Amino acid sequence: MASRVRKAVGRNVLRKEGHDKVTGAARYIDDLTFPGLLHARTIRSTIPAGEIARVRFKGDRGGFTLVDHHDIPGRNIVALIDDDQPCLAERTIRHAAEPILLLVHDDREKLLAAEVQIDYRPSTPNYDPETSAVTFKTIAIDKGDLDAGFAAADVIVEGEYRTGHQEQLYIETNGVIAVPGDSVTGADRGITVYGSMQCPYYVHRALMILLGLPAEKVRVIQTETGGGFGGKEEYPSIIAGHAALAALKTGRPVKLVYDRVEDMLATTKRHPSIVRHRTGVTKDGRLTAVDIDAVFDGGAYATLSAVVLSRGMIHAAGPYRCDHIRIRGRATMTNTPPNGAFRGFGAPQTQFAAEVHMDRIAERLGLDPVRIREINALRPGDTTATGQRLGKDSSALQVLREAVKRTEFKKRRRALARANGPAEAGRHGAAKGIGLSLFFHGSGFTGAGEVKLAAKASLALTDRGARIHVASTEIGQGTRTMLAQIVADALGVKYDDVDVNAADTGEVPDSGPTVASRTCMIVGRILERCAEEMRARLGRLTPRQYLRTFGPLVITKQYERPAGMVWDDTLYRGDAYGSYGWGCDVVEVDVDRDTFEVRPTAFTSVHEIGKAIHPAFAVGQIEGGSAQGLGYALLEEVVMRDGRMANATLTNYIIPTSLDTPPMTIVLLENPYPHGPSGAKGVGEMPIDGPAPAVVNALRHAGFDLREIPATPERVMVASK
Amino acid sequence: MTSVPFVSFVLNGRRKKLAVHPMKRLLDVLREDCGLTGTKEGCGEGECGACTVLLDGTPVNSCLVPAAHADGARVTTIEGLGGRHRLQRAFVEHGGAQCGICTPGMILAAVALGPRPSLQTIKVGLAGNLCRCTGYSAIYRSIRNA
Repeated sequence: MASRVRKAVGRNVLRKEGHDKVTGAARYIDDLTFPGLLHARTIRSTIPAGEIARVRFKGDRGGFTLVDHHDIPGRNIVALIDDDQPCLAERTIRHAAEPILLLVHDDREKLLAAEVQIDYRPSTPNYDPETSAVTFKTIAIDKGDLDAGFAAADVIVEGEYRTGHQEQLYIETNGVIAVPGDSVTGADRGITVYGSMQCPYYVHRALMILLGLPAEKVRVIQTETGGGFGGKEEYPSIIAGHAALAALKTGRPVKLVYDRVEDMLATTKRHPSIVRHRTGVTKDGRLTAVDIDAVFDGGAYATLSAVVLSRGMIHAAGPYRCDHIRIRGRATMTNTPPNGAFRGFGAPQTQFAAEVHMDRIAERLGLDPVRIREINALRPGDTTATGQRLGKDSSALQVLREAVKRTEFKKRRRALARANGPAEAGRHGAAKGIGLSLFFHGSGFTGAGEVKLAAKASLALTDRGARIHVASTEIGQGTRTMLAQIVADALGVKYDDVDVNAADTGEVPDSGPTVASRTCMIVGRILERCAEEMRARLGRLTPRQYLRTFGPLVITKQYERPAGMVWDDTLYRGDAYGSYGWGCDVVEVDVDRDTFEVRPTAFTSVHEIGKAIHPAFAVGQIEGGSAQGLGYALLEEVVMRDGRMANATLTNYIIPTSLDTPPMTIVLLENPYPHGPSGAKGVGEMPIDGPAPAVVNALRHAGFDLREIPATPERVMVASK
Repeated sequence: MTSVPFVSFVLNGRRKKLAVHPMKRLLDVLREDCGLTGTKEGCGEGECGACTVLLDGTPVNSCLVPAAHADGARVTTIEGLGGRHRLQRAFVEHGGAQCGICTPGMILAAVALGPRPSLQTIKVGLAGNLCRCTGYSAIYRSIRNA
């Protein structure tokens, strides 16, 4: 077949669903309706810990259907890792906002007006992750001989660093519609769930277990999804379960879409962390011993805490070489709503600590922040904390040097310090500072995760090209577009001749969840292999000729571990990830000396991502992730009062607006990963690792010694030297 | 319930007369009574701007506007731009739309800025429209290239 087609990879092709999104034609979950549609409302606990004594519906029950745990035909769990979370509470309450009962009605006004009284036997809640009696997961990473490392040190630097909750704050709240039966084929048994989600097969599995249904009786279809950031990784299994129970009980379609307040009160957030460092270093700046202890607040149930902790700990030592490392981490239970997946998945917390600590080490030794990082940055051939030997596709020094050069970092640092002058009481105006952070992020599932998952992807030959069948979802990051680019080039057809099937478990294989920066690198590579085989099968025939002669052609492939990748899950040693992306952020800040408000004024980020399949989308991920990271650093504070989010509105939980976001300069570097499609690594998560430590290091430069984020004016005032 | 009066307005160039409660949110009138679901709800409290529509050419949060307030006005929603508006094309070409949920409101807020706005005008003009995906830079590029 003709192969002189303009390459799609590396070109800014038009987004597949772009037209639908700019015209309002794209259909999100709340835009859908079904004949006979009912609405549901979730009745939640109002105490953080205790037992339910009595549940009483007040007033006229006419037209209402009540759904509680007695209506669950299968197991009352939200199936994930530990299976500890009930779908609807039976007796025990572990957090305020725990779902107990669903009310269903066709009139939303009546639904909102209904009153349910719940009597409790309260018990004493625990909000302190450090003193918690329940540990969800511990992780230990050991390398070399820590005592020998400390013995070789000239100086020991210690520090404790804290990060708060962060809300994903996708602009479209969580929502689903459950329809009894198979709403596509019309078969009357089973259930179909439409919804805003990242991982249709997570929901599929959770529903099978909750409803006691075989795989073919559960169908999950992703609708256009208005942002996820991890917040629609595991949570949709809960809301889908609720709507499904209501639909099965009433025999009618049921819509359950959260309003903003409920979404903020009840759904998962980023794990708060406490990370302690004790580091041995020689006078000339070489790390000799790294000792890290971390606690993550898991909230009331285990959710994904075990794997969030895992990624956090693997990244905890930062992108630095050291022969003697000990890392200890635990995720514990508190009586607050469960925390879960959020872009970065544990790594932003631990790399915040590592990078602020690194500036403090430099300060202690009288070195500048660039020099200390140049000395210790991981090079190809070095080993990470888990003993992974890095290949040529690692770029810590390159991103650092590029960022330093682009921003004239050292010159700016001197100039700003001069402009600030000596610290003295009663000065007004802005104190200025500049700071940087160096970071890395593993692409794909950790360790043996991809092997266990064994993701599959399919490609079906069409008249003009091919149709992609994957469960990987488009949530704004460009999945459909980017996968189609990869397939188009490998198959030798035009980008426009590759289309993408809906992420519908009735039609697509399980290519795994849309998480962990794995969609491009892992799923993209499986599809690339499908396309390569399809091209070979076509030979000199066009797709149309092939279909006429031989009939339909569908190629399905499964993930294959690259040769030589080894991981020991018991010892936590080996190749934690197939490859890593590398990044360096530089930020300048102004601190108002009267109000202690911090304004980022310039932001530069250098990212090495293997290969940018769609450069504009890659830049878009970095700009968006960086803005979210600046929010994490400065603005976004979840205020917990009595185990409940006290500021669960967009008026009081502040995310960056256009006026809060500084001008951004994004630089892409490409150092190909041999096993990624066209050399690509992951890009989605890494941008959120860097901004918070860069901001806090800039604040240190401006004269404010912070160890905790968000750096709200109150905290900056206290940190004022 | 008392009898429901009519609310009439010009929606995307066409006259509409609807029997709706005068305090019903314009957002719900558009989505439910007019079947135009391009206008999105993000927060319901006037903070995020996803529900932005133009009321006599001025951007408003339709979640805060009662139906009665639209009586006699010209209302423009994303559907009213057709599909070939220069801003719609630019948002596709320059990555201004990622997940797309803020996009209809963002584009209408950008329409209200008029032709060739300065970067500072754009930043101030869009400060009431939250986007969690882009960090806004690609939105500025879209508007400046429209």
